[in-house]
Amino acid sequence: MGVVTSAAPIEIERTESAEEVSAVPEPDVPWVTIVHNDPVNLMSYVTYVFQSYFGYSKDKATKLMLDVHHKGRAVVSSGSREEMERDVQAMHGYGLWATLQQDRK
Amino acid sequence: MPGTFEPLPGGGAAVALDDVEISIIRSLAVQLLELIGPGPGEDVPADPLAELFAEGPSEPPSDPVLRRLFPDAYSDPEQPAQDEEQQAHSAEFRRYTENDLRAGKRENALAVIRSLDELASGGGGGAVLELTPEQSQQWLGALNDLRLAIGSRLEIVDEDDTDLLYRLPDEDPRKPMVMAYLWLGGLQETLVSTLMP
Repeated sequence: MGVVTSAAPIEIERTESAEEVSAVPEPDVPWVTIVHNDPVNLMSYVTYVFQSYFGYSKDKATKLMLDVHHKGRAVVSSGSREEMERDVQAMHGYGLWATLQQDRK
Repeated sequence: MPGTFEPLPGGGAAVALDDVEISIIRSLAVQLLELIGPGPGEDVPADPLAELFAEGPSEPPSDPVLRRLFPDAYSDPEQPAQDEEQQAHSAEFRRYTENDLRAGKRENALAVIRSLDELASGGGGGAVLELTPEQSQQWLGALNDLRLAIGSRLEIVDEDDTDLLYRLPDEDPRKPMVMAYLWLGGLQETLVSTLMP
């Protein structure tokens, strides 16, 4: 499983099986973006990032920030792997320590 | 108040800075810029297209500051031993994102330097720096990167380390860096509050 999924070339004679191909199950387990605690990032800044990037309410952003602070980590978003890579990249842009993983729970 | 950002009526923020403060921020921003390094295009000037397709690095940076600014995307801090699959995914993520991330951080640091240089040309002992909303965002990012960089150099890894830094004796060689770190924290804290929706 690579990060960049390039479209597989479909030969003309195989178009009838295209449905079959796309029906090959992507494992239906969602991915999550996790933000980890660090002692440098300000609590107000982390809350601000959750509000302005994810569009979360002040309450939700504050709760997630406190989870990060007290529990050491919090799941801040979930979705497809591509979406989570986008979120992780954005978090790194803001200087937050974020990783992604498949939600195996 | 000195060292405190305040919101401007039409959006944006302002802070009064004296000459020493201006030169400290500027010099830290220049150091950050040098650490982050040149843009992907600067070593391939002959072909602008090459820049578009230039791949980023796949290995984590060796410098601890850069490792903090560009962390592994697929690692689990609670399980420090990454398996091969995670390492491969982190490497691939890095190849496709690190150049863009570096460019964004460079842009922010450059915006800080530019706005300070415009101030300095006004002359006199200190000035009031006024930021547009867009500049405020860039300053916010740069201040955060600077604090991450200094925090990493000071080896701040948990909350207790921060508490220790507050109590450093004056003769400790880390003291000036700690003062800068705390002062930048105050600047960032007040800048965030001007941006809170």
